Amino acid sequence: MNQKDSLDPKKKLDIEKILEGLENYHPTRKGWTWRNVPSDGVDMGPFHFHDMSEPLKNSIGLPASKYFDNIDPQPSCVVTTEIASGRFEDDLRRMRMAAWHGADHIMVIRTTGQSHIDGLLEGTPEGIGGVPITRKQIRASRKTCDMIEEEVGRPINFHSYVSGVAGPEVAVLFAEEGINGAHQDPQYNVLYRNVNMYRSFVDAAEAKRLMNDAGIFQIDGAHNANATAKAGWLVMPELMVQHGINCAFSVAVGMQKDLIGLSTVPPNAPPAPKLWFDLPYAVALREFFSDFKMRAQQNTRYIEADIEEAIRTHTIDTLISMLTSADIQSTITPDEGRNIPWHYNNIRGVQTVKQTWAALDGIKQLLSLNHDGPLGVMVRDIKERAVAFLEEVIETGGYFAAVEKGFFVDSAKYPERNGDGIARNGSGGVAANSIVERDPDYYAPVCSHFGENHIPDGVEKACDPIDGCTLCKPEKIVYIDELDPEDNCQKRLETTFPYRKGNLIKPETESAGDGTILTQFFVPLPEEMAGVYGVEMAKKLGLVDPEVINIMIMHPAEGCFVEVKGKVAFDIDVTTLKIPEKDEVLPEEELREVVKKVGLRVVAGTVGEDEHSVGLREILDIKHGGIEKYGVKYHYLGTSVPIAKLVDAAIETGAHAILISTIISHNDIHRMQMKKLAEICKEKGVREKLILIAGGTQVNREMAKETGIDATFGRGTKGIQVVNAMVKVLKSRGQV
Amino acid sequence: MAEDRIARFEKRQTELKQMSDTELKERFWSLCDQLVKPIVELSKTHTSPSIERSVLLRMGIDSISAHGIVDRIFEAGLLGKGAGHVVLKLSQKSGLSIREAAAAILENKDVLQDLF
Repeated sequence: MNQKDSLDPKKKLDIEKILEGLENYHPTRKGWTWRNVPSDGVDMGPFHFHDMSEPLKNSIGLPASKYFDNIDPQPSCVVTTEIASGRFEDDLRRMRMAAWHGADHIMVIRTTGQSHIDGLLEGTPEGIGGVPITRKQIRASRKTCDMIEEEVGRPINFHSYVSGVAGPEVAVLFAEEGINGAHQDPQYNVLYRNVNMYRSFVDAAEAKRLMNDAGIFQIDGAHNANATAKAGWLVMPELMVQHGINCAFSVAVGMQKDLIGLSTVPPNAPPAPKLWFDLPYAVALREFFSDFKMRAQQNTRYIEADIEEAIRTHTIDTLISMLTSADIQSTITPDEGRNIPWHYNNIRGVQTVKQTWAALDGIKQLLSLNHDGPLGVMVRDIKERAVAFLEEVIETGGYFAAVEKGFFVDSAKYPERNGDGIARNGSGGVAANSIVERDPDYYAPVCSHFGENHIPDGVEKACDPIDGCTLCKPEKIVYIDELDPEDNCQKRLETTFPYRKGNLIKPETESAGDGTILTQFFVPLPEEMAGVYGVEMAKKLGLVDPEVINIMIMHPAEGCFVEVKGKVAFDIDVTTLKIPEKDEVLPEEELREVVKKVGLRVVAGTVGEDEHSVGLREILDIKHGGIEKYGVKYHYLGTSVPIAKLVDAAIETGAHAILISTIISHNDIHRMQMKKLAEICKEKGVREKLILIAGGTQVNREMAKETGIDATFGRGTKGIQVVNAMVKVLKSRGQV
Repeated sequence: MAEDRIARFEKRQTELKQMSDTELKERFWSLCDQLVKPIVELSKTHTSPSIERSVLLRMGIDSISAHGIVDRIFEAGLLGKGAGHVVLKLSQKSGLSIREAAAAILENKDVLQDLF
């Protein structure tokens, strides 16, 4: 019934196939999953890690991992990525990419306005800034998660939102469909969505009960206060109160404490002295809320258009998590300040956490917080203010009275008031006056129901009279496929088919075939002209809908760094691409044999005015798997060697080959060096006797032909490839 | 007024400073519990259209029908009985299945008369 195919890492997700048979799909498991963290640490490559979970079966490590046996250490906490494109069918591919980089908590943002929709949405209409959360969308996504988790070797938690005026219905949907985590916080509805306060809490009790019974992990909404308040770092006492209310309410309606998470954000960002504010807050929170889980979010309040700035702030956010604690480390796509997040920026967010976590592994064994200094004083102060805040709320007449008086999201530091808090009227808001008192014979013949329920005499289980509810008998769930014949994923998939399964290729950032690319450049113009220039330049490059998304002033007069996005107007047929043939490397034994037979000797050096030596040493030295390992003898002349000197040395020592390294590439100096090598050898009449090879970071395989030498190598070349090239030349010349 | 608040805060703070960390934490949670108690009570004794629709969903009724049925029951003043209760009662009285009873309410709201 639950047909799911194993994924092949070499093949793309087959979206059409995922959509097949959804009417009969039911989740293979329910509930939240934490990572598996061995208490005695994890050995990976040359290292012992102290605070890591078990590695993945399939993953992509950080770029530098190639220097460390390709290890990809995975933090002990669950790592979140938030996905919000508008088209869930494209998000599925993004989920897979994110999982390969270490995300195991996929949070899907809802389409704008869904929280005000009075009921469930069905089908797969296109969303704005998120996707419409529907049964079909969840089934397709959860089914994909099932396949991805098998591919990477770790459970994936799928997450969305239980809020708005359809909270209980959404909670039923999530419980039925195996959603693993969800935001649920009645205060969020009241403060930010203007849902009537009584309705919001009454609904929340039912939703929380449902979530608890389905093992759905809950995240609250308090972090929105520091994303909304003008000075996010001043609302810390209030944040404690908001967390406290949702936690206490959740527990009181029957939620297990280990399913309750606090959504907490370090509220400040540089150039503010971030740690001075954020660390005391993080400590105070973890002391008061020690029974609950911490979902550490990264700061969005102060994100601007500059991606690197966001990443640096997020690195410090992650440091604060490591200095205190995080059960879930959320990531924010660093481009959130300038556009709807792009695919690859989800990966960057995950990498920020992965890189920081690996770098700071074991930090708590090396450093401890100094509670005796100002930290302890500040922690205590936040706690006292939070308690005083609660006392004033009670004195005012309780939670609802306090909301009416604008107690919350005031941007001043409690007890100061700026009078800019969000006040709501108890008889107002969306769905006002919509709660109804339960009659003495009120009855709901279903499971996971909260509150008074007068089950008739003689009935054991609430849903017995209906012969089982959908939570007991999933086959009773009614699956609605599509309601709109035009606005649905099948129609969109038809449009994108050529880019997914056909031969046409376009770059993409959000959805298949969108064609969006980013150009980055410096332009020697002041700010007011730089952007105008950027758009003109992009138009001349042929980009459609060019838009400046970031300008950073380098100097008021000298110029700016500019980033312009735009759409590529053309397709390229993949069958027209000429892929360079892969160099076939001869078997190691055959190479050794030839090397031995001819007594292969080379002279080598970095040429020109160039002091780089690392790359060439790696090609030469035995310890790096260089040519020496295969029996080649070398004579290394060092760096900044004139070409003529290398040729002379080759003639004098009777070498078979000259290996040059050329890293500096401005003004095409690297190409010139290669040409010069070939010319000097010709002049001296040794071109046919010597094998000429060049390498460097900006060198590619095609340059050999262009410059008249025998072989050229770029980044990531190994010694064996160089030996292979020399042996091939010897063979072609009939010398072996 | 504002100055009163600040003065009261200062008084509170002086008292709170006398507490140990453990006492302060206990105070925080006892206040939170006190604050949510009446809200929990309100939730136990009240229901809403969304809660009732969620009950119908759990009874195997589709989301679109559930919406119309709850509206009908609300208009008939029977939401306090529980929408699921209403559908079940109609099914038992008339010998219809749960889904048939649900459809009957959508078709003709008169079936709700004299049900209780």
